[in-house]
Amino acid sequence: MKYLDEFRDRRLAEALVRRIAQTSSGRLNLMEVCGTHTVTILRNGIKQLLADETNLISGPGCPVCVTSNQDLDKAIAMARHQGVILASFGDMMNVPGTSSNLQKERAGGRDIRMVYSAMDAVKSAKANPDKKVILLAIGFETTAPTIASSILEAHKQGLENFLVFCIHKLIPPAMKALLEMGEINIDGFICPGHVSAIIGSRPYQFIAQNYRIPCVVTGFEPLDVLQAIYMLILQRREGRCGVEIQYSRAVREEGNPTASKLLGEVFEVCDAQWRGLGMIPGSGLKLRGKYERFDALKNLELQIEDSREPQGCICGEILRGIKEPFECKLFGERCNPEDPVGPCMVSSEGTCAAYYKYNPRSE
Amino acid sequence: MGREKILLAHGSGGKLSYELIKGLFLSAFENPVLGELDDSARLDPVEARLAFSTDSYTVKPLFFPGGDIGKLAIYGTVNDLAMAGASAKYISISFIIEEGFSLDALRDIVDSITQAAKHTGVKIVTGDTKVVEKGEADQLFINTTGIGYIRGGVDISGRNGQLGDLVLLSGSIGDHSTAVLSQREGFQFQTDLRSDCASLHCLVKEMLDASTKIHVLRDPTRGGLATVLWEVANASRVGIVIEEERVKVREEVRGVCDLLGFDPYYLANEGKLVALVPQSEAERVLEAMRENPLGREAMIIGRTVEENPGRVLLKTGIGGHRLLEPLSGELLPRIC
Repeated sequence: MKYLDEFRDRRLAEALVRRIAQTSSGRLNLMEVCGTHTVTILRNGIKQLLADETNLISGPGCPVCVTSNQDLDKAIAMARHQGVILASFGDMMNVPGTSSNLQKERAGGRDIRMVYSAMDAVKSAKANPDKKVILLAIGFETTAPTIASSILEAHKQGLENFLVFCIHKLIPPAMKALLEMGEINIDGFICPGHVSAIIGSRPYQFIAQNYRIPCVVTGFEPLDVLQAIYMLILQRREGRCGVEIQYSRAVREEGNPTASKLLGEVFEVCDAQWRGLGMIPGSGLKLRGKYERFDALKNLELQIEDSREPQGCICGEILRGIKEPFECKLFGERCNPEDPVGPCMVSSEGTCAAYYKYNPRSE
Repeated sequence: MGREKILLAHGSGGKLSYELIKGLFLSAFENPVLGELDDSARLDPVEARLAFSTDSYTVKPLFFPGGDIGKLAIYGTVNDLAMAGASAKYISISFIIEEGFSLDALRDIVDSITQAAKHTGVKIVTGDTKVVEKGEADQLFINTTGIGYIRGGVDISGRNGQLGDLVLLSGSIGDHSTAVLSQREGFQFQTDLRSDCASLHCLVKEMLDASTKIHVLRDPTRGGLATVLWEVANASRVGIVIEEERVKVREEVRGVCDLLGFDPYYLANEGKLVALVPQSEAERVLEAMRENPLGREAMIIGRTVEENPGRVLLKTGIGGHRLLEPLSGELLPRIC
């Protein structure tokens, strides 16, 4: 088993597509919550392939995209702070804040470094004892355990100059908020695979039970997605509403207990501001009192500019799944990957960037 | 010896400059034209049409599995000339060096340049060295400019693609970018992947021996296969359809791409070429490619079509399709 070819096999894919067509009894609105799924769907042409059976809607599952302008402006203010090294993941570099972005700040002489893992930031703190190293901690449940372990490591090493700006977010509360808004009619959720590898499949149970919407935890290869869509169609057809795991090679019902313990040790749940979705109760993570000394917001005096949302940008509606990128007046013209207006055009996982690149509209 | 560094004085035009030029560059690149040491190289007149190309090279790290900046600087320009059906004859080379750069590393790079020039039969006939203050350049930048002779009876251009042409690709894509990435600070990928950095002049010669009717040659460097195909579709005003199944992507490359959220169609290659060839000639050209080690894995990956001129349609491995757009923005590794 090599885990790649097997999940991209043409014959199996064709068989699944046939079965989906045979089983389907009407076009279903299915939301893929996670940006990586959006990319798989568009890159492999699945959206067009199943256009008769499904309307695939992209959800709020790109961590860069849901970061609010206000949080970005705070990160920029941190980078401008005297004696600070800001450590950021690659796809945050180009996200526009109210009047600047990290790439521009770096070009202007701020010390902003791209890291590939949270531990790189800890190493950087150790190597630069006269500077404060701030890790821009963004992501969902998938990456939160790595941030937690970096904090524990810094704690163990007694590092005084390692700080974290934690804007981590949680997926299930956002799904709930989306459903509560009632703007969109969803027949099934393609649930994120990597988030679920940490939290398991139980946190989606309320969606199946209270909202009567089937959920399938899904892997990221084309065959994974096709199979998950088939499983969702089957559930609907048979009148079932459950949470099923398609991505069984990585996800267990109970999730990853070690990672969950790590999260519980370092973080507690808090309310969080989402772009497009607003303030969602219980959807963020903040450092527990014991680790407060690592909290960048509590340990720095910042001068933050008044945040404004970019004019004409409909990232918020796109993140809620009520509009497609093509419906945005700025899409592809004023807003493009070279000069993005909204965050959905920045990250490779962002809905607009994926639509721009894989253009599922035209033949 | 081993700790010697490049100093600002190495670029000042004084004694140290002279020693560097004489001791390192001249002895390595030795040839009569360069040996004249005039302000300009004087070249013999020729009958052939000339191809002329320039490129600046920056790569991090300077040494990577399968190559280094020196080899890249020669092969890159030789390949650009080859894509016009020209064999490279003369090349100029300019170094911009950051103060404090290791003289040993420079020697290694010059050594690699010498070997690459020898391998491709190109003469380094003029050059320049500048040293800039620490922090004003990142270690070493190299510019090369080359002149090549275009083979008689050959007319190769990105604008020459025609309906009915088949699209040939000489091997797997994404190897160079992935090999370089895997060596960057912060990555600890354990792969055996090497850059495909190679000179394509022999491959092109053998392809032209098989048929002089090749319409288009391009090497998919920055921007990758997707960008090159898009450029050709636009310049030639034809549609191009590519079969994803026929485009070889090594498993390691796919793995790294999946991890970082990159798409192999947009990654740089340094020893691959794409050709548009009339259908009647395609088998012959393909055979010639496969006999050369650099074209052993050559495939016909697609064809030109009347529909959608200027666009490239990719038929995906699972039976779907999507448009291949040119690279836009910058490749930034994703968070999760």
